[in-house]
Amino acid sequence: MAFVAPKETFAGKVFPVTIGTENEQTFGGENTLPFHAFEGEVPNRPLIAYEIQDVPPEDWPETVRKVYDAVGDDPVKWAKFCQDELKAKAIALRLIGTHPDNKDLSADDAAKTVSDVLGAVNVPLIILGSNHVEKDSEVLVKVAEVAKGKNCVIGKAQEANYKTIAAAAMANGHKLIAMSELDINLSKQLNILITQMGFEKERLITDPMCSALGYGLEYTYSVMERIRLAALAQNDPVMQPPMMADVGMYVWKIKETQASEETLPEWGGLEERAIMWEAMTASSLMLSGAEFLVMRHPKAVELVERFVDELMG
Amino acid sequence: MLIIGEKLSIIAKRVREAMMKKDKGPIQEIARAQYEAGAGMIDANIGPAEDGGEELMEWMVTTIQEAVPLPVCLDTTNYAAIEAGLKVHNNDYGTPMINSTSNDPERFPMLELAAKYNCLIIGLTVGKGGLPADEEERAAIAAEIMARAMEYGVPLENLYLDPLVLQIATTQDQALKVIRTIKMFQDLNDPPMKTVVGLSNISNGCPKELRPILNKYYLALLMYEGLTAAIADPKEVIETVKTIDVIMGKTLYAHSYLEM
Repeated sequence: MAFVAPKETFAGKVFPVTIGTENEQTFGGENTLPFHAFEGEVPNRPLIAYEIQDVPPEDWPETVRKVYDAVGDDPVKWAKFCQDELKAKAIALRLIGTHPDNKDLSADDAAKTVSDVLGAVNVPLIILGSNHVEKDSEVLVKVAEVAKGKNCVIGKAQEANYKTIAAAAMANGHKLIAMSELDINLSKQLNILITQMGFEKERLITDPMCSALGYGLEYTYSVMERIRLAALAQNDPVMQPPMMADVGMYVWKIKETQASEETLPEWGGLEERAIMWEAMTASSLMLSGAEFLVMRHPKAVELVERFVDELMG
Repeated sequence: MLIIGEKLSIIAKRVREAMMKKDKGPIQEIARAQYEAGAGMIDANIGPAEDGGEELMEWMVTTIQEAVPLPVCLDTTNYAAIEAGLKVHNNDYGTPMINSTSNDPERFPMLELAAKYNCLIIGLTVGKGGLPADEEERAAIAAEIMARAMEYGVPLENLYLDPLVLQIATTQDQALKVIRTIKMFQDLNDPPMKTVVGLSNISNGCPKELRPILNKYYLALLMYEGLTAAIADPKEVIETVKTIDVIMGKTLYAHSYLEM
């Protein structure tokens, strides 16, 4: 008798999330483990958004900064470059300049940047704060209003500030990223708290917190894997929003993406190494369940997209 | 675990009066309260209902399902009343359950109905010979009921075996035997047989203030052995069910797990 591979099927399903207005993008929606199309439905590819920011990328390592040399001084030019030249499917605008330790830009400054970028591009926009709990609740509320009706993703809501940010995302028709710090139970708890406010769980994106290869990737991998299994095998509705991996920010601050070949010859060429580091981190997290990724280097994005092509057959 | 709300029973005075007067108000109020407390099915116990049983069960099923989107567990020894209830049952809210058949030949026609309407059925592991002495006897009766079910064309996954919980105040040694039976029943088939208990029977005859305590701790032990369903007061047991599900790793812990 011919061998028949056993099929594992699940009662649960990840919510599909659609963002943007003109060139909508949808991710999530699968009822099986990542890329297990042989066992269930995998209707959508993971979505990769190009990261840009409101201030020039002075703290980005040379390898990735130089890609944006001509456009990095202006978020509008930068966004258009990603959309038109790099064919970005989505753009993630990080308002890092609003952080009190950065340029401490005001909520109004941020609102203007968001409004300008929204006016210049037609791919979906993800609007990220600076991860400063107090400042984010001020800034993200304001930008959520400016972006009303554009079906953006707003983030990130954390335990300490989720109320104002979730209320703003809800009032202005956006999706919301809920971020907790590498703890599956706290991640579930935050999603519960946000949905108890009346925010629909179908509009949430879970960020269990990213980490780079060599810097705790296995923790993120394991939390994501367990969240996905809770969604599918336990059919836990609170754990069924798609997951985010904020890859670029974590990868492009470690030694491996910055140390030159002269300093560490055994590590090989910097550019290739750094790009591979971002691509490997992103691919690993995709395999553990991330459906939405934020990345920086076009060549790393290209590698990951090719990998997805192969996995999706 | 499935909680089958037990509160709509003819034994309760308020329910009995509402049934007699065909007053929907109290029936629907109790159904709604059980739904909100976490019931996944509503038991409708109309007693032997020798006169007007068909009409009464029809009325109960429609009255309950007008109020809550749940399936009904039809609880009577009256065959015709069960069939009347199954005919009007809205299966969009889930598959109905017959309560019950047993190894008593008088109860075999219930299996015929379960096959005809493709619904769930409780198999009470008692025969004509009185109460079962221990887990072995219960399992032997269970095996006979399973064979009978297959003979009548009832798929075994539709059969819920009930070991018959007895009163702790009068037959204390049976409490542990029933817990062991839950484990044994599951081993009778692959995939494991489903199990159900009438939970509050454990505390029947005990002082009022002890009853919830006995019910809840007993349920925790039964759940540990893999109980599938319990006919119980959802308001009383929901905390136990959610907590044991967390401890057993069936749901993911979060600080608000009781609120979910």
